[in-house]
Amino acid sequence: MEENIFQYGFIIKGLLGAIFASITAGLAGTYIVTRKMVFLSGGITHASFGGIGIGYFAGFNPIAGAAIFGILSALGVEYLSVKQKIREDSAIGILWAFGMAVGIIFIYLTPGYTPNLMGYLFGSILTVTNADIIALGILSAVLILYFLVFYRTILYISFDEEFARTYSSYVNIIKYLTTSLIALTIVLNIRMAGVVLVISLLTIPPNIAMLFTKVYSRIVVWSVVAAFAGTTGGYAISYLAGIPVGATIIFTLVLFWVTGKVVKKLTAKSTP
Amino acid sequence: MIGMAHLFEITSLSVSYNGSAVLEDVTFKVNENDFVGVIGPNGGGKTTLLKVILGLVKPFKGGISFNSSLVSSKSIGYLPQMQTGDLSFPVTVKDVLLSGLMIRKSFVPAMSSADRNRASEVIEQLGLSEMAQSPLNELSGGQLQRVFLGRAIIGDPKLLLLDEPGNFVDANFENDFYGKLRELNDRMAILMVSHDIGTISSYVKSFACVNKTLHYHPSSEITNEQLLAYGCPIQLITHGDVPHTVLKYHQ
Repeated sequence: MEENIFQYGFIIKGLLGAIFASITAGLAGTYIVTRKMVFLSGGITHASFGGIGIGYFAGFNPIAGAAIFGILSALGVEYLSVKQKIREDSAIGILWAFGMAVGIIFIYLTPGYTPNLMGYLFGSILTVTNADIIALGILSAVLILYFLVFYRTILYISFDEEFARTYSSYVNIIKYLTTSLIALTIVLNIRMAGVVLVISLLTIPPNIAMLFTKVYSRIVVWSVVAAFAGTTGGYAISYLAGIPVGATIIFTLVLFWVTGKVVKKLTAKSTP
Repeated sequence: MIGMAHLFEITSLSVSYNGSAVLEDVTFKVNENDFVGVIGPNGGGKTTLLKVILGLVKPFKGGISFNSSLVSSKSIGYLPQMQTGDLSFPVTVKDVLLSGLMIRKSFVPAMSSADRNRASEVIEQLGLSEMAQSPLNELSGGQLQRVFLGRAIIGDPKLLLLDEPGNFVDANFENDFYGKLRELNDRMAILMVSHDIGTISSYVKSFACVNKTLHYHPSSEITNEQLLAYGCPIQLITHGDVPHTVLKYHQ
């Protein structure tokens, strides 16, 4: 009986986590994929590992540390690219490695054993707390509201920033705000998929959606659906096969993507 | 006669980037129904002039005043040089046109059904009905150009600024495009930056030569030699009787 309740709670938590991860990853992922910001997002992800290390060392919530590191590095790169003072790809490459280095150093310096480190690197549902789920839920609500209210603004800045500047003086504010939300999305999803794999949770679903639609709002919706199918499918397979969740989710998503490509190719052939 | 009211007036305007003058002591006026070809060498300040009118560049000296009953810096149609939009971005023709209405929207923008109807109307005028829901990367060069023209005119501006529309013009659509502009000129003044003086001379009503300073030629009469003496880039090789346009000396 006790075991059943435990399993029930575990499934509810996993399902809620999958829903919120899919919503946040679908919205944020569509933005970064269509704006060609995948590499930047990879940089943010790895930079945030520095925050995880400092969190361990100083004894506060590592995800809070990651959030601070992630948002600051995102704003930093966005700011530098607006000012056009740097080569953006080099800056991201430096940031990427620097964050990992800081993380490793501080985790090494932390006295005692660091049990959940693998969870942060590769993701694990076991390390996901109720607080993590609630945080992801709040972020989902914020992102949905944000994209509903500013849909046109975001769409047009992404498509043609220079033209947007001719009618709006809010272009930079919107860009910083959106990038911060992307950073938060990445960091909160680290619990699910891990530092190494989280970027694919954001990038694969929109690429699956874009095989079948070229309309932004539909890409968002189908990304969320694809991400949900990938995460729940990944959970199920990982549970049945006893293999790590994060890696299984990514593997499942890539499988969907390849299948989608094949289906598209076949249907394109049958309807010339 | 209606149609002679001025839309804006630039007085003794100077603009400089990093201390070096781009525009110097420019005085210039555009009336309703004008169709001005803005010509001059690269780096002569043509695009800067447009940006001053749009309010994107602040003058160092002098300024611009709009006839506020007709136009403001927020109600100008603008067709920038092609390379600004990301053509692989998932956005439909109709959505691109609707972005031309963003200038009237508040911080929280929403498109009404009237806006959507207006977009469909312009799409039809430009002969793009069949591709209203198509993504941009499925369009030809000429179709793209009409989409961006549509974005500039959807708000029915009194003033239309075009920056090198010839840059991405598909030769097949060139006449079509300039014909469209002539139609629009019945309803709005047009200011067109171009270095393709040969093509535009048969469409524009007057010329503004911009090379740091601005010289305005109210109508179209000059000799080729005179233009060359000023330094406007012009390459004209013709055979036989070719209709031509020649502007007067700059004083």
